[in-house]
Amino acid sequence: MQFDFPKWKVWLVLIVTIIGLVSSVPNFFSAATVSSWPSWVPHAQLNYGLDLSGGSHLLLEADVADVTKQKLDKMQGDISTALRRSDPPLEVGDVSTDNGQISFLVRNVKDVDRARELAYGLTRGVALTSQRDWTVEVRDTTRVVMTPTQAGIAETVNNTIDTAREVVAKRIDPDGTKEVTVVRQGASRILVEVPGVQDPEGLKTLLGKTAKLEFRMVDEAATPQQIASNVPPPGDQILPYPDDKDGLRAIAVSRRVAVSGDELKSARQGTDSNGAVGVDFSFNSNGSLKFARVTQDFVGKRFAVVLDNVVLTAPVIKDPILGGNGIITGSFTIKSATDLATQLNSGALPVALKVVEENTVGPELGKESIQKGILAGSIAVTLLAIFMLITYFRFGVYTTLALLINALLILGVMALLNATLTLPGIAGFILTLGAAVDANVLINERIREEVKRGRRTLQAIEFGYKEASRAIFDANFTNVISAAIMFSFGTGPVRGFAVVLAIGIVTSVFCGVTLSRLMVADWFRRTRPTAINM
Amino acid sequence: MKPFKLVPDNTNIPFLSYRRVAISVSTVLIIGSILLVIFRGFNLGVDFSGGERLTVKFPQAVNVEQLRTQIDALHLGDANIQTFGGSNQVSIRLQKPAGGEDAASKAASAVRAAIIKQYPGAQPSSVESVSGNVSKELFRTGAMALGLAMLGISAYIWLRFEWPFAVGAFVALFHDVSITMGFFALTHIEFNLSVVGAILTIIGYSLNDTIIVFDRVRENLKKYRKMAIEPLLDLSVNETLARTLVTSLSLFMTLLILLLLGPPVIFGFTAAMLLGVVVGTFSSTYIAAPILIWLKVGSDSFVPKAATANAGAERMGKVEG
Repeated sequence: MQFDFPKWKVWLVLIVTIIGLVSSVPNFFSAATVSSWPSWVPHAQLNYGLDLSGGSHLLLEADVADVTKQKLDKMQGDISTALRRSDPPLEVGDVSTDNGQISFLVRNVKDVDRARELAYGLTRGVALTSQRDWTVEVRDTTRVVMTPTQAGIAETVNNTIDTAREVVAKRIDPDGTKEVTVVRQGASRILVEVPGVQDPEGLKTLLGKTAKLEFRMVDEAATPQQIASNVPPPGDQILPYPDDKDGLRAIAVSRRVAVSGDELKSARQGTDSNGAVGVDFSFNSNGSLKFARVTQDFVGKRFAVVLDNVVLTAPVIKDPILGGNGIITGSFTIKSATDLATQLNSGALPVALKVVEENTVGPELGKESIQKGILAGSIAVTLLAIFMLITYFRFGVYTTLALLINALLILGVMALLNATLTLPGIAGFILTLGAAVDANVLINERIREEVKRGRRTLQAIEFGYKEASRAIFDANFTNVISAAIMFSFGTGPVRGFAVVLAIGIVTSVFCGVTLSRLMVADWFRRTRPTAINM
Repeated sequence: MKPFKLVPDNTNIPFLSYRRVAISVSTVLIIGSILLVIFRGFNLGVDFSGGERLTVKFPQAVNVEQLRTQIDALHLGDANIQTFGGSNQVSIRLQKPAGGEDAASKAASAVRAAIIKQYPGAQPSSVESVSGNVSKELFRTGAMALGLAMLGISAYIWLRFEWPFAVGAFVALFHDVSITMGFFALTHIEFNLSVVGAILTIIGYSLNDTIIVFDRVRENLKKYRKMAIEPLLDLSVNETLARTLVTSLSLFMTLLILLLLGPPVIFGFTAAMLLGVVVGTFSSTYIAAPILIWLKVGSDSFVPKAATANAGAERMGKVEG
């Protein structure tokens, strides 16, 4: 019989089906139950998306303009140092970083070439491109202009966001034990997904600060007038100081950073000898050394603890601090001190991040959605089965079997691929079941038609499967196209829908065409029917 | 025992003779939909318009007016407050606030904090905030995905059939998509990213019907070379009618159950697909098929390339002779 499959193909179909069915089993048990099973039993379960499990989804965006500005500032510092240290020192003036360029005038015309060489020496090639990260040119004979190239900016932004991503991951999940997702999205964004979070505000506070910690000396010589009018003495900076007891709420500190937060080894919430809440910190060896030197040199002077350009506290150095440990106080609560400790431990963010998209779903809402989805799905399958049975009788039984196996296979494949089931995904699952009967309907109707045309039973079945398959293929291929487009353009939940749709298309063609044919062939071989009742 | 038959055997309904009426109705619907979308507009979801939405479950019934005053005190613009699923569940919708890219997120935090402070025990069950730029991007992406899907699928049909079939499919898709969008503009059911997902699905599934009909047309064109195109289309639609109705009914049934009993969060999403099934079934017969008549699909379609070349050579020969 031509319609029958060769032996190997029968086995192949059966093995694939059984693997799929077995893989679907863990989905029906809780994660705790599954983990207690022996190791040879499949364990993989499908994941629930945040809209079902509850949790927070945050899209963070870095300020690219700020990254570019930092790049300019850093290069300005580097080039100034290089010019000053060159032998003999190069005299320059009118240094500016306007219009996204660094430009300066070389005082002596015969130094221009040397200055340009020096500037060029600070640039470097960008990996994978033929460009350098800066262009250096001379304008109006004595003005040297350095402009960051597109490739150079892109590389800096890329590195900055990579670092920021690592810092974010460390802040949210210091021990690396939670199931958080922190991934880059596009050139300047970071996607954070934390399942099971009740309080997205905590997350936002944690990520809302760059947490750039600096220890700088206070300039006691600055007059209150200078501070009030925000005109700092040379080499100083006026910074806000909310806890200031003088009532100025600002303070003049040196631009020079004595020790920075990069040199911290660890930080944690603690209390000082007066019982005030603060953050205990300890420096690494290099930081300890620097801190010891500064506190030795400036006994009796004040230093400022600066966090994100705001002075937290400005104590007087009573004794040199040699051990590299200390405590930062200010107006902390236990919560804010714990947050700051976490932030300091993760390191400073290289750029400020803004929350541009947020989506938090409470766990109860998700649970309700799952229950309603299961209910709707079960009723839908039952009704479909009844409809198929009264319409196609024996072939309706095959259709229903194919449908049920299909439902399990979708779950099995999703578990094997570790795919994520989202709320629209549940809808996609139910929709797929409704659509999956289409393949069988096409085949069954075609068989009916062929019987009407007077073909003999076997021929009608053979013809039905052959002629319908072409239409089934074409029809399903268009669904693959739309699922693929949805996957590449969609975000989380819609993507989940596309995944279910795509898996469903494959499994329903497999069940509707291949598996049902196997069942029909088996029936035919056993009973050799002379007529089909449908 | 006789099996249940949705469609009696050997139907011979002259579908295409009603095509002018049907197309007039469709044209009116499409134009109406476009006008609705332009003048009435969508009730855009937070993802497309930017802004914030919070749903909060209160321990007991909440006074909406009082809540409105409390939220107005935050000066975050007009709040749209509605209860749903009981008087203790409230949805608060705020428009995109002025300010930087994180203004929406900050506003959401402010509302959340205010509610938790004034109503101890209140549980925000979902919080959503989207900045202006992100919402614009999402909107652009959604529109692009729709356009690409329509073109991509039409291109596939061109590849598998012939170009008039691709035109027919494209116009049918345009019909389905615009009427679905018109429905959303009319009812003001929230139009968001998942609805775009649903429309993409409709694009895929409404084309199933079209393809099944086209496939039969292709088969019949090869089988009955002498038959005129109109009766041939009617024959093809009639032959596939049982399948069309059984499948559409199956889909309709599943989606209706999902709409009535499924999670309320995806109501709009399911509604879009339900409408799409109905509109899509209609458009396969009355939009896609008549276009084949106008584009002069006939007995010379699907003739193997070599045969046409031979026929040409023969004619040339005759001219010479």
